[in-house]
Amino acid sequence: MAIATESEFHVLAVDDSIIDRKLIEMLLKTSSYQVTTVDSGSKALQFLGFHEDEESNKNQPSVSPINHREVQVNLIITDYCMPGMTGYDLLKKIKESSYLRDIPVVIMSSENVPSRINRCLEEGAEEFFLKPVSLSDVNKLKPHMMKAKAKDDQEPTKQGPEGSETPETQSVQPQQTPAQSGNKRKAMEEGISQERTRPRYSGLTVI
Amino acid sequence: RHRSRREQAQIMEVGQLQRKFVDYTASLFCEGFLDAQFTQLQQLQDESNPDFVVEVVSLFFEDTEKLLNDLTRALDQQIVDFKKVDAHVHQLKGSSSSIGAQRVRNACIAFRNFCEEQNTDACSKCLQQVKQEYSLAKNKLDTLFRLEQQIAEAGGAVPM
Repeated sequence: MAIATESEFHVLAVDDSIIDRKLIEMLLKTSSYQVTTVDSGSKALQFLGFHEDEESNKNQPSVSPINHREVQVNLIITDYCMPGMTGYDLLKKIKESSYLRDIPVVIMSSENVPSRINRCLEEGAEEFFLKPVSLSDVNKLKPHMMKAKAKDDQEPTKQGPEGSETPETQSVQPQQTPAQSGNKRKAMEEGISQERTRPRYSGLTVI
Repeated sequence: RHRSRREQAQIMEVGQLQRKFVDYTASLFCEGFLDAQFTQLQQLQDESNPDFVVEVVSLFFEDTEKLLNDLTRALDQQIVDFKKVDAHVHQLKGSSSSIGAQRVRNACIAFRNFCEEQNTDACSKCLQQVKQEYSLAKNKLDTLFRLEQQIAEAGGAVPM
């Protein structure tokens, strides 16, 4: 129940090609992930609950930002070449948002352009897959989602051993009450244990 | 267990169809119509998505026919917008690559080179080439799917 399994992971796939959307959906479903596909970067941002108003993004409470969304998305995989907003533009917008930046992003492209690949990785993409994407590529996604989930599960105010791992994120916070967390699973666990000295890892707390 | 003559005939028919299917598939790979990506698609297909390959390929047919129309129109213009032409070919290159239609994909690669050169005549010839390769690929795949259907109708399993 508390152990993270593939079926708990929800992947958002972005691609303007209907053929490639069908393909990535099948690859992800075969790997037992929940999948949502959209055909553009702007639809992706819409789905993620991103607000165009920059101010509202900056002012999002950084207390458990990932849990603020209605729908939990554990990873975004996007095509690079898309009309309008490219995959790179989408990546940038996600990484600039305090509210979305912790979601791992993977880029796909049919073209092997080293400068493009480097640019994406530098901007924070976890992986860059050459199309056509294979099952072995999709197998590389799990560690990124597990890592993000583990980070999400850790107490944000904890200044202990894990505090030094992520210096630039929400670790420095005023003391928060457990009830502020919006994550369903966390809320479930809140009720059971008020003890905060033991950091949880990988959601393996036994209920 | 004693089999009726009818059952025996049916088993033979399924066997023949399956052999035909295997041989035909092999020839498509051998002649370069299909590549390893098509095998990927076949491997992804399972009991919960038994029509996956047919569905993706059908999407490819629809998408390609639209693209070929767009390309014909774009190259017919007084002043050809090569950026637009290239964008269409890029899309076709991607989708043909995604389903393993190797010869269509290769024809697109050649096409893109002439788009870069902004050579209208060469592009028109490339378009003809792409149309031809697409037509061949479509015929081959339709035949392959028909064979699959015949095997299923004869009560057999499609060898993968």
